[in-house]
Amino acid sequence: MTTAGINIHTGKAMPLNQANVDTDQIIPKQFLTAVTKSGYGKHLFHDWRYLDQHEQVPNPDFVFNKTEHQGASVLLTRENFGCGSSREHAPWSLDDYGFKVVIGTSFADIFYGNCINNQLLPVQLTSSQMDQLFALVESDASAQITVNLQDQTVKVKDLNFGFEIAEQHKTNLLKGLDAIGQTLELDDKITAFENNLPQWQKA
Amino acid sequence: MATTLYDKIWQAHIIDAKKTSETGEEGLIYIDRHLIHEVTTPQAFAGLDEKGRKVRCPERTFATMDHSISTRSLALDACGPTNKLQLQTLADNCKKHGIELFPVGHQKQGIVHVMGPELGLIQPGMTVVCGDSHTATHGAFGALAFGIGTSQVEHVFATQTLKQSKAKSMQVQVNGSLPIGITAKDIILAIIGKIGHAGATGYVIEYSGEAISALSMEERMTVCNMSIEAGAKAGLIAPDQTTFDYLEGREYAPKGDNWTQAVAYWNSLKSDKDATFDTVIQLNAADITPQVTWGTNPGQVIGVNQPVPSPNDFSDPIDKDSANKALKYMDLAPGQKLSELSVNNVFIGSCTNGRIEDMRAAAAIAKHGKVAPGVTAIVVPGSVSVKAQAEAEQLDKIFIEAGFEWRLPGCSMCLGMNDDILTQGDRCASTSNRNFEGRQGRGSRTHLVSPAMAAAAALAGHFADVRDYQ
Repeated sequence: MTTAGINIHTGKAMPLNQANVDTDQIIPKQFLTAVTKSGYGKHLFHDWRYLDQHEQVPNPDFVFNKTEHQGASVLLTRENFGCGSSREHAPWSLDDYGFKVVIGTSFADIFYGNCINNQLLPVQLTSSQMDQLFALVESDASAQITVNLQDQTVKVKDLNFGFEIAEQHKTNLLKGLDAIGQTLELDDKITAFENNLPQWQKA
Repeated sequence: MATTLYDKIWQAHIIDAKKTSETGEEGLIYIDRHLIHEVTTPQAFAGLDEKGRKVRCPERTFATMDHSISTRSLALDACGPTNKLQLQTLADNCKKHGIELFPVGHQKQGIVHVMGPELGLIQPGMTVVCGDSHTATHGAFGALAFGIGTSQVEHVFATQTLKQSKAKSMQVQVNGSLPIGITAKDIILAIIGKIGHAGATGYVIEYSGEAISALSMEERMTVCNMSIEAGAKAGLIAPDQTTFDYLEGREYAPKGDNWTQAVAYWNSLKSDKDATFDTVIQLNAADITPQVTWGTNPGQVIGVNQPVPSPNDFSDPIDKDSANKALKYMDLAPGQKLSELSVNNVFIGSCTNGRIEDMRAAAAIAKHGKVAPGVTAIVVPGSVSVKAQAEAEQLDKIFIEAGFEWRLPGCSMCLGMNDDILTQGDRCASTSNRNFEGRQGRGSRTHLVSPAMAAAAALAGHFADVRDYQ
């Protein structure tokens, strides 16, 4: 979506302490009929965030509606975040809400790739590191978390964790590259591949 | 070096590759087939237009309308103006870019993962993508098939390639033969129950063993379809005579000399005997019983005669917490019997179970009685072709006679992007693939089952063991 790169981000956390958050929860189907990429943020976690279908009554028990977490830009979660449907509306809605980074124990494959393609940084930490982050944010909701992609670190107060990310993903996030533009530079190789296909495989 | 089926397909499609570690590899792979639908493409086409790019291979791309269409009317606006705009946008984009579209009302229209195979568009050894996670379905043909996001749809449009990291390999062997009354749906639910909702994340699964080889193509599609529900990148079954027999003569399958050459190549598409997998899982077919999900992800599944589990049955704190939340959402108590659990809705259809064999299996149960009072039961064929075949076999009459509604093809209540949606507190026996919270409608409760089990629940008004009908 955006082409600007991401390197260092500092912000407050939203502690969504739950495993297996699927993309149907992140953005339910009734919002998938739109034909644009913008405007999904207000529907993010619709079923959990609102008590009514018209989004007029916030659910006071849901973490997104707690006063102390307003303005958060770093989402904390648990294992298998973004599982289920391939809908790229999930990262679009997280981005539109204002998240720049999602930190969790693990991510579903398609969702992870969709994050990379939308300049939303997915950071994978261990379960015990997540325990420490959740505990810290519980004791101090205003704590500022700094995520440094270049150095591959997450720092907040006394906590300092390193994380792994594939080189290809890191480069794309840092530089905000146009993935299609990069591939089109290999056009000769693609054409050569097509020319080498046996006749019956040619479309 | 001995290689797996996945290795062979990967290798045959590499345009540009590099090693990322001792065992890791990433590269640009060629995409043979791109299936598209209305929901995940408008932004991709808009992206092309923004940059003045074209669709590189419209002839490798096929479109259908399935997700947001009515199952009661052929009118594009039957589910409101926003649905209509999305459908019309697909039609306009296909016309502009020269892509063949099977719109509502067309004889080749259907759910993308039902339509593709039945036209012969999916063949062994192909790479197949679609902006839909259930693209895994097509692995049934020994094709490497996986779901992608909209940015990747745009990438495939423009380049006919994708950048991919090579996944790890998992072999799932289902040994022995299936007991009577046990279906492909029960196999895959039992597998997901065993390895977990994220048990195959980062893997491509190859299904094998006697029970898998004995499956028809429709059944293999049901198994591969739900690979994603275990987190897998893709699911594969090596092509064999069953595959070739299914494909021969289909509209887009190779013909004449091309067919002979194709079959010769397809026969080479199997894992070498001494190939090694990163993980191997074994199941005995004889141990599989009719499966019913009790929770809010497909890994939360039990046999129909097992009691609903207690959170205390789970040692992992995350699993325990998930079980607690699921029981609350599903309004279930530990120890509860599923046979005492009333349902008020039944959905038979979807890309998992909307094929002709599924219609036959459900009808074979439906003919034993009437839909119980207070139950709404709908049958939604997966394509126009499935609907026509079912009607030729008079299955529609069996359903209607028993009190089921017989609808037009589409994704329907699997995800409720049309008006086939449930409301707060509804409990549904569903042949679809996801029992997530609110999947079929806000506050509704979904239990995943096979078509026969769904039909049995419709007649009984509660879950029932389909083996009692045999």
